[in-house]
Amino acid sequence: MGKYIVRRLVISVLTLWLLATASFFLLRVLPGNPFQTEKLLTVEMQQKMIHYYGLDQPMLTQYITYMGNLLHGDMGYSMKFTNRTVNSIITSGFPVSASLGLRSLAVALPIGLFLGILSARKRGKALDYLAVLISVIGVSIPSFIMGTFLQYIFAVQLKILPIAQWKGEAYAVLPTAALALALLASLTRVMRASMLEVTTQDYVKTARAKGLGEGRVVFFHQIRNALVPIVTMLGPMVASVLMGTFVIEKIFAIPGLGQHFVNSITGLDYTVTLGLTIFYGAFLVAANFLVDIAYGLVDPRIRIAK
Amino acid sequence: MRNETIQLPEAAFIPVGLSLSGAENISRPSITFWADVRRRLLKNKVAMLGLWLILLMTLLAVLAPIVSPFSYSYQDLAIINQGPSAAHWFGTDSLGRDIWVRVWVGARVSLAVGIFGSVIPSLIGIIIGGVSGYFGGKIDMLIMRLIDIVMCIPGMIYVILIMLYVGSGPVAIVLAFALTGWMGTARSVRGLVLQLKEREFVLASRTLGASHLRLIFDHLVPNTLGIVVVSMTMGVPSAIFQEAYLSFIGLGIAPPIPSWGQLANAGVAVFRVFPSQLFIPAILISLTMLSFNLFGDGLRDALDPRLRM
Repeated sequence: MGKYIVRRLVISVLTLWLLATASFFLLRVLPGNPFQTEKLLTVEMQQKMIHYYGLDQPMLTQYITYMGNLLHGDMGYSMKFTNRTVNSIITSGFPVSASLGLRSLAVALPIGLFLGILSARKRGKALDYLAVLISVIGVSIPSFIMGTFLQYIFAVQLKILPIAQWKGEAYAVLPTAALALALLASLTRVMRASMLEVTTQDYVKTARAKGLGEGRVVFFHQIRNALVPIVTMLGPMVASVLMGTFVIEKIFAIPGLGQHFVNSITGLDYTVTLGLTIFYGAFLVAANFLVDIAYGLVDPRIRIAK
Repeated sequence: MRNETIQLPEAAFIPVGLSLSGAENISRPSITFWADVRRRLLKNKVAMLGLWLILLMTLLAVLAPIVSPFSYSYQDLAIINQGPSAAHWFGTDSLGRDIWVRVWVGARVSLAVGIFGSVIPSLIGIIIGGVSGYFGGKIDMLIMRLIDIVMCIPGMIYVILIMLYVGSGPVAIVLAFALTGWMGTARSVRGLVLQLKEREFVLASRTLGASHLRLIFDHLVPNTLGIVVVSMTMGVPSAIFQEAYLSFIGLGIAPPIPSWGQLANAGVAVFRVFPSQLFIPAILISLTMLSFNLFGDGLRDALDPRLRM
């Protein structure tokens, strides 16, 4: 297990380095510069800004400087917001994105697992079809469409919930629901398939043959084993949800990281795009790392195999 | 107890005769694997509903813009933001353009991006996965580690960066999907090829002197097509979704060419007043994704050998 963890750590660090390097050079070869779009700046002023931010130095020098700073946890200054560091953008935006993400996960996870289990237990019955219908529809309606539908129904027509912004509990209801439905749908699908597969396994028959009660068989033999694929998908899911779904944040005008990411890309704000990409990548890599370790806890067979 | 048996004359028996060739005769036409799959798929009503919806949308996407008297870019500022009417079936948008035509021109873009954006990455994945699994050793090790690393990085970030580089438009999006979407397929094809290459039919073919290329693409890859076809079908809605998503945040297809995501984005701007401008593209995106998901589910059930028992 120790050797395995070390190997995974090396791969994770390598991944992050590759991501940072690739994104750095990909961004710099784009045509244009961050100061071009501001109409008030003359070409001369633009040159001064470019010099000020060190963008006129050789690419390799910039790269080495950036990576050096990155190792100290410093991601530089935004080129659009005066006097804001990328770090401060992350510390102000991330809690908002994370809070929205955690809310929707907290809603989606129990309901999704419950529906999946229920649907597999009642296979072919009306309840199963209902759960399958919910999950297929949830997977098929993109979250940004769900979000605007919810806004239209609950904010424009019924006027019972605020339409956008982020000022309190009531404001969180609609975006959470929009995000949760998509998560819930895919969780239900995976859990149902996984439960159905587990049900036909020999050890479940053995457990029944030994005379175990139905509850024990379901909880300790079926669900525990059926959770393995859920754990696999949970890693990337948690990461992407905590980082904030860009579109949901855009629709509901939520001041999370997603907005900053999209705006920085369209405005060529190199440092912000790069910083958020690396932050997101690090988050995802960490989540995958934890998932692999969690595997061992859920399924001892994997622990032994490693 | 009477010990009398029924006497049958020997002449009552006619020798049937033993014919080896007769016993081995196949009395019914044999059903190939794919014919079997097709038969099961045709029986699945939900999957067929999905297929019919897909065909209907494709037909409308091809024909509707040709038949309609309006063009997708013609602006008539006298009739902006109208509701559905006899002349403009889905109404007009904020520049007085006919939404019915725009929606179906958008369908061409969205469906094409969805299909090519799923098929091309899968083909790349098949080739890389096939080669990697067949040759094994160092090549395999190298490719698999590369995939491990690249798969850790959220695909959307790469797609956005590549789109910035190659520009916006349907071709750019498909290119970005092609560069980022092949890893999953490559992984599963490689896994299957690893199992299959030890089988007798491969050995037989190798003994007969088949080349590496022939072994990979004539013998191994066709045997992995089942799962690839399913993942390709499931990839279409996700490509359509990603295109809509990108266009929605303003990074995808650039105006004036419409796509569903872009139409939805335009609809959001006015949806408090004219909700139909958002709901029409939104419903079409969802319906298309639903159809492909239903069809893909049916296809998977038809192909999964475990359900055949």
